Parts: sequence; C-alpha cells; structure tokens
Amino acid sequence: MADLTTTFIGIKSPNPFWLASAPPTDKEYNVRRAYEAGWGGVVWKTLGSEGPPIVNVNGPRYGAIWGADRRLLGLNNIELITDRPLEVNLREIKQVKRDYRDRALVISLMVPCDEESWKAILKAIEDTEADGVELNFGCPHGMSERGMGSAVGQVPEYIEMVTRWVKQHSRMPCIVKLTPNITDVRKPAEAAKRGGADAVSLINTINSITSVNLDSFAPEPTIDGKGAHGGYCGPAVKPIALSMVSEIARHAETRGLPISGIGGVTTWRDAAEFMALGAGNVQVCTAAMTYGFKIVQEMISGLSQYMDEKGFTATSELVGRAVPNVTDWNQLNLNYVTKAQIDQDLCIKCGRCYAACEDTSHQAIWMKEGRVFEVNDAECVACNLCIDVCPVENCITMRPLAKGEVDPRTGKTVGDYANWTTHPNNPMAQAAE
Amino acid sequence: MNQLTPGVVAGRLGPGDYARNFADIAPRFDAHEARVAADRCYFCHDAPCMTACPTTIDIPLFIRQIATGTPEAAAKTIFSQNILGGMCARVCPTEQLCEEVCVREVAEGKPVEIGRLQRYATDSLMEKGVHPFTRGKPTGKRVAVVGAGPAGLAAAHRLAMKGHEVVIYDARPKAGGLNEYGIASYKAPDGFAQAEVDWLMKIGGIAVEKGKALGQGLTLDRLKAGHDAVVLAIGLRGVNALRAEGEGLANVVDAVDFIAELRQAEDKSKLAIGRDVVVIGGGMTAVDAAVQSRLLGAENVTIVYRRDQSQMSASADEQEHATSVGVRIIHNAAPVRVIGTGAVAEVEFAYTENMPGGLKTTGQTFRLKADQVMKAIGQTLLGAPEGLKIEGGKIAVSGAGRTSVPGVWAAGDCAAGGEDLTVTAVAEGRDAAEDIHASLMGQAG
Repeated sequence: MADLTTTFIGIKSPNPFWLASAPPTDKEYNVRRAYEAGWGGVVWKTLGSEGPPIVNVNGPRYGAIWGADRRLLGLNNIELITDRPLEVNLREIKQVKRDYRDRALVISLMVPCDEESWKAILKAIEDTEADGVELNFGCPHGMSERGMGSAVGQVPEYIEMVTRWVKQHSRMPCIVKLTPNITDVRKPAEAAKRGGADAVSLINTINSITSVNLDSFAPEPTIDGKGAHGGYCGPAVKPIALSMVSEIARHAETRGLPISGIGGVTTWRDAAEFMALGAGNVQVCTAAMTYGFKIVQEMISGLSQYMDEKGFTATSELVGRAVPNVTDWNQLNLNYVTKAQIDQDLCIKCGRCYAACEDTSHQAIWMKEGRVFEVNDAECVACNLCIDVCPVENCITMRPLAKGEVDPRTGKTVGDYANWTTHPNNPMAQAAE
Repeated sequence: MNQLTPGVVAGRLGPGDYARNFADIAPRFDAHEARVAADRCYFCHDAPCMTACPTTIDIPLFIRQIATGTPEAAAKTIFSQNILGGMCARVCPTEQLCEEVCVREVAEGKPVEIGRLQRYATDSLMEKGVHPFTRGKPTGKRVAVVGAGPAGLAAAHRLAMKGHEVVIYDARPKAGGLNEYGIASYKAPDGFAQAEVDWLMKIGGIAVEKGKALGQGLTLDRLKAGHDAVVLAIGLRGVNALRAEGEGLANVVDAVDFIAELRQAEDKSKLAIGRDVVVIGGGMTAVDAAVQSRLLGAENVTIVYRRDQSQMSASADEQEHATSVGVRIIHNAAPVRVIGTGAVAEVEFAYTENMPGGLKTTGQTFRLKADQVMKAIGQTLLGAPEGLKIEGGKIAVSGAGRTSVPGVWAAGDCAAGGEDLTVTAVAEGRDAAEDIHASLMGQAG
C-alpha cells in the first residue's frame, strides 16, 4: 500500500485528506471522531475575536440541490464562523492536539481588518500548539457584510496587508483561503504570496441561491419568508475549483506556491485530480457532511491503490503532474483532428447522440434503417457532444487521425502541430519560426 | 373448510387471506419512487417504446413530465393518445410492448418501468377528479356505439370530444366490458374500472343505454337509421368448446364466466372453488383463471396447453406469475375426455407434438384429478349483424375500422386485425372515431 504521508508547508499528516474549516470541525467531539475515522488533518472551524459569541440564524442554514434519487449534488450554507466562546475552542484545540500529535491541526481565523485584532487572536492561539493558521478570506455571506471574509478576499491589497500582519505577529505557517467570488483568482493569490503566505487554499464557497420556493416566492433556505445568498459547495463546484487551482499552479507569479485544494472533493479520484493540478493536499467538507467521517476510508484505499498502480511512492510524485498540460487555448494544436466513432456492439440505440448532433451541433450522425447510428466523418467536427450525452461509457470514442491522413470534412491533410498564434486566419499571427 | 376439502366449495381460506390475495398486485409508486424510476429514462430519439405502443403514447415526454414534478401534465400526454391509459397502465403486457423494446431492457435487461410510471401519472390526475379535455362545439351529428368495452369507450370519448352526440349501447348492467368483467381482480381492484368509466364520461355528450345489444332490442338497420354513424365494438362474446367427451359434466365452466363472477363478487370468501382445478388454454384468460383459483384456495391448479410454451399467448411474465403462486403449467397436452359421474372427477389428456402436418397426439395419455375444469381456449365473435363481411371469424375492416357496410365501423376484439389487447382496442376505437369525424365533417380522405 502506497505511503500517503504528506508534508504540507512543513505540516505532516498521515494522509492528504483534511477536513475543511466548517461545521464538522467546530468542536472537540467531532474532531476527535474525525481523527479516529482516519482523517489526516483538520482545519478547525473559524475562530473570531474574543467577545460576545457569534449568533446564527435559528431556522434552516443549509440548502441543497439533488439528483433524482436525492443524491446531494450541491450544498449551500448561511452559517457563520464558530458561535462558541473563544476560550472553549482554544481549550479544546489544545487538548485534541495533545492527543493526536501525528495529525495536522490548523486553526482558521477571521477577525476584523485591523492589525490589533489579528495580533490579539494570534496571541490567543499561541499556546494551543496548533500546526498553523488559515486566514478565512472566503466566506461570502454574513461576515462579509461586516467587512470580513470575502470582503477582504475580494481586495488583493487587504489580503496582502493582513497576511503580512499575520506573518509578522506569528511564527506559525500561514495558509490564505481564497474566495472564488472574484474575476481572476490569480490576483488574490499573488497578493497572498506578496504578503508572505506559506500557502493558499481554495476555493471557499460560491455565492448562491440553491432554489426558489415557487409557492412562497422566497429563496431557499428560507428564514421567515426571506432568504439571503449562501455559500455553495459540494460536487457541483468541483470543476470551478479545479480550474482555479490550476490557474494558480501554472501562473508565473504564483507557480510553486503550495495549494490546499478544496471544492467538491467527494472521492479519492476527486482528490487525485486536485493534486495532479497542483494541490499538495485536499480539504473536504460536503462529502463528510453528507455521508459522515467514514468516507475517508474509501479515499485512503482508493488513492493508495491508484498510486500503487501508477508506481508512485509518495504523494509528491502526483502533485502537479497535470499542470504542464494545462495551457491557454491559443496553444492547442489545431492540426489535431479526431472523429467520433460509434461502437455498434455497445450501442443501445437510444439515439441521444443523433438528437444532440442533429438538433444542436453539426448534423454529423446518420440514423439509418433499424436505428443504426453512424458518424458522417465529412461533417464531424469532433465536438464530443455525442460522447457527453451517450449513456453508455466508451460506446462513442474519438479516433485521432494520423499525420498524413485526409480529414474528409476539410479535405486537408493532417499536418504537424500548429496553433492559433500562427494560423493564417489570425490577424495577429506571427510568422512561423 | 380448508384447502384440502374435496369438491367445489367456498371459504377455503382464512378471512384475512382473501384481502391479501386480491390486493393491488403492483401498487402505485410514491412520488419519490416515480422520480427515481423516471430518471432512468434516456429520452430516446424517436423512441422505440412509443413505436411499440399500439396507442403511440409519447412515453419519453410523459416520463420527463413526471421527472419534473408534473404528473398531471404527464397524464394529459397519456390520455390524449389513450383515454383508458389508467387501465392500460394496469393490464397492458408492457413486457411485450413498450418495455420489451426499451433500450435499457435491450442493454441491461432492466427496462424503464413504463407501465408503473404511467399508472403514477394517470392516477395522479384521476384521483383529483379532473378531466383534462373539453368537448368541442356540438356538431349535431349522432353516433351509436355498440359495446361499452375499451374500444367502445375510446371511440365514444373521442367522438364526444369532437362535439358529436354519442349513445353507447351495452348488454351488461355495468359499462366497461372486459375492464369490468374480464381481467384478474388484483390488477384493477377497488372499483377502478367503474371509476374510470365515470371519469371518462365527464367529457359530456355520451349517453349509455344498458341492457341493449344487437339482437337484444337493437338491429343494425335501426341503428343506422337513427344515427349518422355506427361503431360496433361488441367484442368476442362466444366461447370455444373443448369438443371433448364429458364436456357437459357439472363443474366444467368457462373461464371468462369464472373471472367475471369473481370480479363482481363483493365477498370473495363466498366464491366456491375446487380443490383440484384444471384450466385448459394458453392465453391471459387461462392464466387469470388459474392464478385466481389458487388465490381462492384451490390446492392444485394446473394449466394444460396443447402446444408448446413459445406459442402460449400469455406473456412470459404472466406465466412466471402463475408459477410463482403455485400454478403448474403443462405444455403439449390436449384434452381427450372429461371423466366423472354427474360432476367432473378427472380429465384425460393426450400428449401432443408439432408435426409438419400440424399438431398430432402421440398416443400417450395421462389423467389429472379435477373437481373443477375451466375452459379458456379462446373467444369467438357472436351476434355480429347480418350483411357484414366476416374475415377469419371477425368483422372485416379496411382503413380505420371501416366495415363492408357504409356508415358502420368496427373496433376492438370483434374487428379483424390487431391483437386482442385492451390497448389495441383503445387505439382502434380512437382511430375509428377520428375517421368517423372526418367523414361526417366532410374531410374524409
């Protein structure tokens, strides 16, 4: 079984699966049970400044979208940071860390955007022996209205400033948690790096309304007839998170900055994908909230098996492996030509490929006598829609044309790599070197 | 009284057994089950299920309407093609029709449960008492429909919807035909057939005259004279005889009568049933009679069919259902004689085999103990009016049910062509109505 031990910004954990700062990590009871279940680390639910505890709504704080069999696909929440007294959290953190020295324990923090507040909280957590801090610049609801959370995360200058304070007033490793509710995630990541962050973690939740009640005409979850946007997470957000992680992993200014990947990680495979795109570890919340702590067992066994199959001996061999293959559109090979082909033995004759291609794409699938569906290479642009809508895995595949083959659609011979930057139709094309 | 009591007696079972045995065989999906089942539909292009449905219900569309939480809209999609979609959802041999060709049946042996989804949709609307169609402007035309079974009801509804005045004549005390008097009780319990007729009648413009049939107060000439068109939907009222010695012995009955009596019985514990029941035949009627004999407490029930299993018109699912309740099915055996003094005691069969010249007996015989014999070897056209061309024992039709006599249409089991299924009868009734409408309104093609 592969060794899953991970060292992330100097913090060691037996595996790369951490629980994200969220309801599951709000108290000692949960965190102990999470560790017992096998989680490699925990980011304790965000602590705020000393003072009267945070108040949450007393009606529903989560909303969801589901698949047909109530499979939870996306979750949103309007919960705030911890609503338990600071001293209780600190006492518990200290106790838990003492009992689980081999596990990672990072404390998430969110206090008002002034140096004194940060100085005070950092001092308060000093003797918990926690492994690091995560700055919550991400929560998009409630706290952001008070100038914290994503209100900070949306202004790169603030991120840099606060990160610098934290690094000045603490020797703890510092992770900056980024909000996806921005236009270009590279900017806040750059700011975090400039401020001295040891790592970034992303994504935090996305502004969302999960549904609208069509009888009461209020967004869900509804509190006494009204609703406020929440933060969206779960399997549905994974593609957005993967893209943002990859942007930071390959951006010249942020390349090499450690990333803790967050956003819809539900299985070992999701985790492996985040890691391949540059995440040194992953943080999980919705999957645990949906199925309980036990899911980590599948993540551990699955990632181990995969690494064994690939011959990877350490997670570091996986981390970032896909990053070189993430590129800009203008670098894609325009002379790479593929054609869809339908395996008639696997085809169940539902005709979805036909409907999709005929109605919405390139009219490149024939429906022949006896519901036989065939691709017309002379029209197929290889868009992949037929594969995406086909209910049978591997029934439709893409066959790459070999160099020298003629594309029946264009009549052109498949040539060597050439991208848009040199394409004759590009007014900005540079002459090929 | 118990299962071992000899003879044909009532009350073989405990009081609770009857309710349990005759309860709804495939209860309606709840909303969640329906949504999960609906999600399995691939929304196929030019869907094979739709082609396989004799009434061409837009199945992918109605399933999608269920999936999005609008079973009432789904029901309207169904009813617009098949006004008896509620009964068809219960009795259609879906495993031989829509579900047989479902791409998921072909691919994985597990079709989308179209029949049960259809029932979910139709029940959802019908239990609200909503009739989704409104009658067109009165045309002043009058159409007679003879027979209030599926074909007659479907024709009447479509005609009424088009604004015609419809009178249905039926011999029986209740409308519904085989929906009311045929069909195993557990397929349509709780008075569904009558509730469906009542609901169908909400379209308006349909009068039902009961106790009237051709040769029983009606003649075709008088119907023609009094109406602008006539639809014959008289079914197959005749029953084939065994043509075996001893057929006249007591307790040798027609399976259709047994089924009808059972359907009408308020208290099934009062129904007499044999200890050893032999059902002769290979169709749905044979299966329904045999299964219900077991459910009434018969100890041994045997279906004997003279040809091989592949030729049984009862579907594989029906056969499996029969064997699952303990019915034994013997193939390739034909009745030779019924034996007994006064009442039947035994039936002698001869084994058969398919020979180039047809079915032949092998000479080998066996006997089955029987204190009750049910004949289910097919129904025949009875009481068809003089002057109509008959073809293969049924009323000859061309196009959408046009008989050889102008102004007279035929639909359902009595009409030539098509399988003798409820859903086929509905399709034929509906299509005849459309054809009548076109011809009455001068749009005949």
